[in-house]
Amino acid sequence: MRINSVVVALLLLGTHTPVVHAQDLADEVAELRALLTEVQQDYEVRISDLEIRLAKAEQLASGAKREATEAFDIAEQTAIDQSAGTSAANTFNPALGAVLSGLYSDNDGFELGEAEINLKADVDDKFFGNLTFAVGEEDGEAEVELEEAWLQTTSLPGGVTLRGGRFFSGAGYLNEFHGHVDDFVDRPLPYQVFYDGQYKVDGLQARWIAPTTTMLELAAEVSSDSEALLANFGGDIGASNSWQVGMSWVKTDPDALIGDGELGLVDFVWKWAPNGNSGQRSFKLQGEYFSSEESGWYLQGVWQFLPQWRAGLRHDTVEAADRDSLMLDWSPSEYSRLRLQYTNDRVFAETDDQWFLQYIMSLGAHGAHQF
Amino acid sequence: MRSMLLSITILLLPAGASALEVFACEPEWASLVSELAGDDVNVTVATTAFQDPHRLQAKPSLIAAIRKADLVVCTGADLEIGWLPLLLRRGGNPEIFMASDFVRKLEVPQVISRSQGDIHPQGNPHVHLDPRNIRRVAAALAEQLAEMDAKNAVAYNTRLADFQERWSDALATWDQRAMSLAGLEIASHHRSFSYLANWLGLDIVATIESKPGIPPSGAQLASLLERLNDNPPVVVIRTPYENEKPSLWLSERLSLPAIQLPYTISGNAAVTDLFTLFEETLRILEEYRS
Repeated sequence: MRINSVVVALLLLGTHTPVVHAQDLADEVAELRALLTEVQQDYEVRISDLEIRLAKAEQLASGAKREATEAFDIAEQTAIDQSAGTSAANTFNPALGAVLSGLYSDNDGFELGEAEINLKADVDDKFFGNLTFAVGEEDGEAEVELEEAWLQTTSLPGGVTLRGGRFFSGAGYLNEFHGHVDDFVDRPLPYQVFYDGQYKVDGLQARWIAPTTTMLELAAEVSSDSEALLANFGGDIGASNSWQVGMSWVKTDPDALIGDGELGLVDFVWKWAPNGNSGQRSFKLQGEYFSSEESGWYLQGVWQFLPQWRAGLRHDTVEAADRDSLMLDWSPSEYSRLRLQYTNDRVFAETDDQWFLQYIMSLGAHGAHQF
Repeated sequence: MRSMLLSITILLLPAGASALEVFACEPEWASLVSELAGDDVNVTVATTAFQDPHRLQAKPSLIAAIRKADLVVCTGADLEIGWLPLLLRRGGNPEIFMASDFVRKLEVPQVISRSQGDIHPQGNPHVHLDPRNIRRVAAALAEQLAEMDAKNAVAYNTRLADFQERWSDALATWDQRAMSLAGLEIASHHRSFSYLANWLGLDIVATIESKPGIPPSGAQLASLLERLNDNPPVVVIRTPYENEKPSLWLSERLSLPAIQLPYTISGNAAVTDLFTLFEETLRILEEYRS
């Protein structure tokens, strides 16, 4: 509009040139100047208007970005809240797991192993509870055996834990493990002779872990007819090696254990895996020495040569009796294992060749295994 | 008498000036703790990039480490179920921070059965490979640290603000670079990279493990090969701790590269913190875009 008037003014200026009056010319120049100034000001207003609109748009954009981020956060939070689940009476059920096992041996044929059922949960903020019972059959009669029933503190300060009830004694590396995690079909001879397979205590156990970099654990166990003192040390050598050494002393009623009722134990385990990554390959060497009136020991090595395959060799002995065992097992997953074992048994006068096939299957909750 | 009681009380109290002890299950969380806490805490990390966090053992060195910890920072979602609960029951009594509680999990299974392999009922636990999750976890972790160590609360909040700003700037450039990677077709060993793929828009066309945690059988590999033959992915990826054999086998048959992504801190020499983790991951993947 104003541009048009400028053009018109210029045209007018052109047409009027023949009749030049100084006064008119001066007026027109002044008028044109005024027009130009007006145009200039108008553009400045428009530019500043645009600048304001740009600033507003930028502000909006950053606001939108912030809102998008907030929306992402809200969406994530909503998803988390929704997946948190609802509360019901069963929500607090203890973790339930069962282990099924069976054995075929060329001497005794098919033997159904004990089915082991385990329940465990935090009791409250101060106690943890664990119950394991084994269901089996003896001479055609169903039999339920209470393997473990213990409570343990979870919130004592200073690295102290107390455990009470029926538990597997910490005296001896293998003793705290359930049979289903053993690397061979049967326990080593000293365990069978001195512990009748597994030494269970009905009593109280106190453990203390020292605030050190190398693990040092001291423990004591008491029951109405026994007492025990234990010490464990352990650590790493580089990223690939871990080790543990234990010493224990057990005193029981003379009837409870073979010998004079007093037993000393030394055990060690060394585990190797490349970079400490046991998924592909690993090696474990363990041994224990039992000393009482009689003495016995075993040494075994297990080599995981493929992710699902392991081979093991064991020599075990008590006094003059000894055996050698060779095993091969295949674990399709963490929860199943099939095993073939050959044992050259020289416990009795006549050497006995024994072959075993074993399955071990774990259902449901399956807790972590200790080192 | 009173002074004797007092001195006994003082002896029993923990030393007041000691720094917070943090036990991190994985290197990525140890790195995040260092970003937020600097020298105000001591961090011990349980695993390296070369150790499978699913399959660690509750070894003596870790029992000793967790015994001293005030705070445990782990992934959760059952990633550490095979070893952490046992460590926590051996005499330690720390506070527990699970990073995956603060992010939305992918691949939450509809059917919970071990016949599906080693599945995680709460969803895929490898949450740290989406940088947007790191931002969310950082905020929650700083809050936890400030709550436990009130005298340094201001420092944690300042470091959080600084970290979030640097992270947002980095994320903006990563998001730009991500555009050229969208739709990149990839085969992966395990579902370790689902969050990375979700963020970058990568197309994971195949997982070598047909079920999580279970090594593939010969027949499964053969059928995978047949399926991928006509339309092979661009690259096969794996973490530093996963078995390289199945990846290499597939890469040889399909004539495509098999590569190891850093996955976490120190997963390769260039990765020293969370920033370089994503820088390196993007740099490696960019070599394979069309």
